[in-house]
Amino acid sequence: MLRLRVNGETYETLTESNETLLEILRERLGLTGTKHGCELGECGACTVLLDGKPVLACLVLPDQIEDAEVTTVEGLADGSALHPLQEAFMALGASQCGYCTAGMLLSAKALLDEQPDPTREEIRAALAGNVCRCTGYASIVDAVAQAAQALQGAR
Amino acid sequence: MSTPRDWVGRRLGTVPGGEDGDGAFQVVGKAMPRVDAVSKVTGATVYADDLSFPGTLHCVLLRSPLPHARIRRIDVQEAAGLSGVVAVLTGAAMPTRFGVSPSSEEEQALAADKVRYVGEPVAAVAARDEATAREACKLIHVDYELLEPVTSIDQALEVPMDEPIHAASKDSNVHRLAALEFGDVDEGFAASDHVREDVFFYEGSNHLAMEEHSATAIFSDGQLTVWSSTQSPHSVHRALSSVLGVPMRRVRVVATPHGGGFGGKVDPCSHEIVVAKLAMITGRPVKCTLTREEVFYNHRGRHPVLMWVRTGVTHDGRIRAMHFRTALDGGAHASLGAATTYYTGALQPATYDLPAYRFEGCRVFTNKAPCGPKRGHGTPQPRFALELHLDKLAEDLGMDPVELRRRNYVRPNSRTVNGLRITSCAIDKVTDEVLAASGFSRRERRDGHGQGFAVSAYLCGAGTPMYLNRMPHSEVSLKVDRGGVTVFCGATDIGQGSDSVLATLVAEELGLERGDVRLVTGDTGLTPVDLGSYSSRVTFMAGNAAIEAARKMRATLVAAAAEHSGGRPAEMTVAGGKIGPLSFDQAVAAAEELYGTLGSVGSYAPPPSISASKYRGSAVGPSPAFSYSAAVVDLDADRVSGEVRVNKVWIAHDIGRALNPVLVRGQVEGGVYMGLGEALMEAQAYRNGLLHHPSVLEYKTPLSADMPEIEQLLVEQPDPEGPYGAKEVGQGPLLPVVPAVVSAVHDALGVWVDEVPVTPEKVLRALDARAKGSDPRTGPRSFPKIPYPPCEKVALPDAASATL
Ligand code: FES
Ligand code: FES
Repeated sequence: MLRLRVNGETYETLTESNETLLEILRERLGLTGTKHGCELGECGACTVLLDGKPVLACLVLPDQIEDAEVTTVEGLADGSALHPLQEAFMALGASQCGYCTAGMLLSAKALLDEQPDPTREEIRAALAGNVCRCTGYASIVDAVAQAAQALQGAR
Repeated sequence: MSTPRDWVGRRLGTVPGGEDGDGAFQVVGKAMPRVDAVSKVTGATVYADDLSFPGTLHCVLLRSPLPHARIRRIDVQEAAGLSGVVAVLTGAAMPTRFGVSPSSEEEQALAADKVRYVGEPVAAVAARDEATAREACKLIHVDYELLEPVTSIDQALEVPMDEPIHAASKDSNVHRLAALEFGDVDEGFAASDHVREDVFFYEGSNHLAMEEHSATAIFSDGQLTVWSSTQSPHSVHRALSSVLGVPMRRVRVVATPHGGGFGGKVDPCSHEIVVAKLAMITGRPVKCTLTREEVFYNHRGRHPVLMWVRTGVTHDGRIRAMHFRTALDGGAHASLGAATTYYTGALQPATYDLPAYRFEGCRVFTNKAPCGPKRGHGTPQPRFALELHLDKLAEDLGMDPVELRRRNYVRPNSRTVNGLRITSCAIDKVTDEVLAASGFSRRERRDGHGQGFAVSAYLCGAGTPMYLNRMPHSEVSLKVDRGGVTVFCGATDIGQGSDSVLATLVAEELGLERGDVRLVTGDTGLTPVDLGSYSSRVTFMAGNAAIEAARKMRATLVAAAAEHSGGRPAEMTVAGGKIGPLSFDQAVAAAEELYGTLGSVGSYAPPPSISASKYRGSAVGPSPAFSYSAAVVDLDADRVSGEVRVNKVWIAHDIGRALNPVLVRGQVEGGVYMGLGEALMEAQAYRNGLLHHPSVLEYKTPLSADMPEIEQLLVEQPDPEGPYGAKEVGQGPLLPVVPAVVSAVHDALGVWVDEVPVTPEKVLRALDARAKGSDPRTGPRSFPKIPYPPCEKVALPDAASATL
């Protein structure tokens, strides 16, 4: 029996030792907001936060997450109030097909938690492991920059 | 005589708000988030693999490890006996062949007689979980008889060693030959002052949509339902019905929200048919999600194309004749390859006024993953070759490359030599814009720095459906009652925002906000037909159908409001949630009282006048409108390392009208990005018949840190027939980027890389050739001898249709 916290809620679930956090989230906990584009650690679509740090859920095994705190895209908004990153992604069209969006948002959140006022280079570097085939990345980088400003303004 | 379709085309051409800019519109032209944006950023959107039904079985396909082999025997006994396995399927159960169009019906959902590429599905297992299904696949024993694999265009043109890849192609691996001549080409060359020939190669590439294909099927109460990440639920619908022998009225295909298509999900696929068959056999829901590696095998990506082009010009740069030859490596199946072949020749005359034009195309089968449509479908390759060829011609003539092009640009409201109708055409304007913004003519001249310019055209929807019929290409029905407004349309939102376009147009027509409009789309059981999200057709076709339905509804509501309020219909302004003095809801209630159930329909088929000539292949190319794009690329290229670093791209696009600038800009940016990927790194490359890159890591694409600044210039000159004047944007902006990169490399280093992707190694080889005093280029040296048939001589469009 695995015990972990996801988006502030405690879950207890059966797992196999070779089951990945990606599979646990999607198949055991029904949290399908986290996506997969390779399941080999190559595309970034499955990025979630593990104790605040971005990880590729397709590479994380149960023994690494016992009692850990996981944040997924479902946990970004505060009730119906969207996170500034989500607002900015919407406004700037940084989510087209939306399939890379969950991973992008969480990589970006990890960056802004560490570095509230990042340069564009820092934003690009933080997203370097997240593949997006729709946007060409510029609107995503713009959205992260805009969200950083909004968050700073709110502070 | 005016046909009803012409009437629809003309009537829809009126731009209700007039030409006086965005101010006249309430919703159209406003920068707004997509209508499904909240779901997308909160993870609430349910994609195909996110669906789950109680009792679902998981399906895994067993794929061929060999590129070319006969199947002697398949033994599934051991696999079927594994605990947890519910059904095992082989090709014998589904002998009917299918394909995306009637001319391509040669694939089997599971190969029964032979395999033609590594990764071709030969058997399928449905089990209680994926791991069990995967385990069972290992217990299926296939007895193969090896055949000589064909791995190149040259080899495919030889007499096959063992047997041809497809029996139907008799003693050769040639899939399709095209040979057309418009005007007198020999005479044109004879009248030319200068003639030049060049050879180019464009590598194949994969779409790499982030979402891997997935489908789930349920068969219950005699009805089959399939949910799939498809770009064309209609094509899947047809294939399922034909292969499974279930009438279309008992099949429903639902296109789920899409994690990216780019052409890779247009063809009906094996897994979609297999899950349906397994659901029918087992009576349980069956799901199959491909792995990334499988997506590379399923492919249907960009064709590798070898090209030869010869052009004759006068001293002052006027083109007198052009002869264009293409050879496409099609991979193992037909897919849309017959159309692709013609597309490699169709749009050259849509940018340049060619008085005489000969096109010869050839597609061969090889034992590789099947190629098909990818963004730009068959036109990025010849665009690349044509634009660089013109640069070289300009250099020969000592003429400015932009000026040479300008002297040959097509004109608005004209007819091309191959019969295409050109209406709105901002080719001059996109050129002006991109040159002015980039300062191309005043660019900084220093070694290792360069800029390149290129221009292109693309369709706003294929003018002919994939299978011959005279029915509408897109249909919309509209339901309005006290429960609100619902639009039903078969169009499929693959991330490009077609749902947002439909909501925008209907909201504008009915004086509502987009959020007031409920959408039911991409569901063959609930919505009237739309052919699919390909050829940049959705805004133009589904958009016009939606406008027609909404205008009929508006007329009904206006009449009811007038009657109710005792006014005249002409006095009823439809805006801001009101119809005349009534609120929208009051007007709906009045109309329901007066007329009963409220519904309206609209449909779109292109007007017949879009094509003036009939010849083999004339279905490919005509479109109700063409968009034009121009690009300038600025880069630095390193003489020592061969590395190319793109600094900035300026792109101007002839959008007609930007219905929603946020979505339009997203498409432009995505197109430029994908063009840069193909120009510099993307390659579905093979080594010894094996795919070299079946993973995201190995298949190189530009990442966030690789992307240069992109400056976009949208040219809004409303098209007379587009919805509110809008034209396409999904594909056009990719096209000029690729040649502009190569042209800029030449500008920087003085060498030509006539072959994409432009790798450092190719740059260095060209520099090396120059240092040795030989031809300063990298690229194919010759074009193979191809047994093209004699050209079909096509009469030029008559004078009456030549000017519109
Ligand atoms: S699914 Fe985890 S990195 Fe691609
Ligand atoms: S929005 Fe489609 S992959 Fe990023």
